[in-house]
Amino acid sequence: MRWKWLIPALYILFLLLPIYWLINMSLKTNEEILSVFSLWPQNLTLANYRVIFTDASWYSGYINSMIYVSINVVISVCFALPAAYAFSRYSFVGDKHLFFWLLTNRMAPPAVFALPFFQLYSSIGLFDTHIAVAIAHCLFNLPLAVWILEGFMSGIPKEIDETAFIDGYSWPRFFIRIFIPNIASGIGVTAFFCFMFSWVELLLARTLTAVNAKPISAIMTRTVSASGLDWGVLAAAGVLTIIPGVLVIWFVRNHIAKGFALGRV
Amino acid sequence: MIAKQTNQKAWFMVLPVFLVVAFSAVIPLMTVVNYSVQDTFGGNQFFWVGMEWFRDLIHSERFHDAFLRQLLFSGIILLIEIPLGVAIALAMPKKGWGVPVCLISMALPLLIPWNVVGTIWQIFGRVDIGLLGHSLASLGVNYNYTQDPLAAWLTIIVMDVWHWTSLVVLLAYAGLCSIPDAYYQAAKIDGASRFAVFRYIQLPKMQRVLLIAILLRFMDSFMIYTEPFVITGGGPGNSTTFMSIDLVKMAVGQFDLGPAAAMSLVYFLVILLLCWVFYTVMTNVGEESRKGGN
Repeated sequence: MRWKWLIPALYILFLLLPIYWLINMSLKTNEEILSVFSLWPQNLTLANYRVIFTDASWYSGYINSMIYVSINVVISVCFALPAAYAFSRYSFVGDKHLFFWLLTNRMAPPAVFALPFFQLYSSIGLFDTHIAVAIAHCLFNLPLAVWILEGFMSGIPKEIDETAFIDGYSWPRFFIRIFIPNIASGIGVTAFFCFMFSWVELLLARTLTAVNAKPISAIMTRTVSASGLDWGVLAAAGVLTIIPGVLVIWFVRNHIAKGFALGRV
Repeated sequence: MIAKQTNQKAWFMVLPVFLVVAFSAVIPLMTVVNYSVQDTFGGNQFFWVGMEWFRDLIHSERFHDAFLRQLLFSGIILLIEIPLGVAIALAMPKKGWGVPVCLISMALPLLIPWNVVGTIWQIFGRVDIGLLGHSLASLGVNYNYTQDPLAAWLTIIVMDVWHWTSLVVLLAYAGLCSIPDAYYQAAKIDGASRFAVFRYIQLPKMQRVLLIAILLRFMDSFMIYTEPFVITGGGPGNSTTFMSIDLVKMAVGQFDLGPAAAMSLVYFLVILLLCWVFYTVMTNVGEESRKGGN
């Protein structure tokens, strides 16, 4: 048992190696990448990052991604809150079927929806807008948000509701003043997962945008197919997409395991 | 469980979610159903062909191949990731500074955009500039994922293990943390072996979490698109063309609306069926363990 720590240590090493390699590439010039094979940059350069921060076609991708991800998180959490409350506190006609139907949408392959979404949003004039991507991502994020929040809310004793109503609180006032502070960590975890799944999704975001709302991930694939050579800039763009994730993990590090445990179990 | 009160007005609270999801799910699905029974000569002229596309699909070799590849891929992924994830979760520290270090570094791959995961492994595996490819080449292994189907498969499987095992680890770890210390103490007094502790305490307590892990990993690996698309683009040949890649090729690349729509429906129904089976099994297991007094 003394060597038990080796297993997670080796696994983490396996996880970090490819990421280290990406960072390594992003700090090299293109000539160095293609000519010398070295484990660390010989001539450290930030030129690749400078390209991304000065070229609008690159950095606008990050802004676009951030905008639609934020809209999606706000919509998902605000809409899912009352629904999750209903599922956790009341039984009503068709509640189980509705819950299952919501979950099936989490399981729907985005590839099935790509083309119909394109036609739907084109026909209502929302194609290439941030709101279109945000609503499209609700397809899998809303069910997930309801699922996670329902788990957290079921952990709150029902007496809290009843006491508040006896004290003369109206439902909206009770919900905002008492209930939401009680499940604050649950809302944090939900926002984390909505952020995560909207941030990493490519297929729908790419299908629904052309110029104005093009996400960074789509810009990266375009660069791969067009030149396929500028590895340094590509690696730098990749490193920059990892940073928001790291920041979000840092803020919710104490809730991750709890969120998985309560939200999905 | 909380005893629930019957209240039909609860529908009003669910209504916003219902409307948004219905808008994003039902309308597009109807479009797909519509296309799957029609053919077009271009323009906006459609005519009814009935079940023809479905009949073609069932007998199409291309569909069979993609479907079998997909099943094989998901099977391999589950066989590797579930045991590996459980093993790592069992070996993880329970307290101290190791816990946040493990959790944060293990959650990292989950938050990288999927195409960047593809890019990372594309770079990592290249023989000329990647650490993995270069090391293998200098060891004398003939490894080239753009030309050798076996190497392409191995690259994608290792990449998926890299990307998603953490999810299984986090879930299994959450399950393990919920076991009270008293169980372990009782096992110690009884002189239970390490394996007995795993078999009779840890495994039953992780059962529900593991079912969810299997469910999520199965569904997500069954719809995998972005990562193989970036790394191999479905090649070499068609060797890594999974269902989603094939579908997007057909719908967006060749614009074969009818066959693509028929395939979408069959694909979705397969997932729905499996989802329902898992869901039923899961709720049954949950109820049994509740009856058992846990």
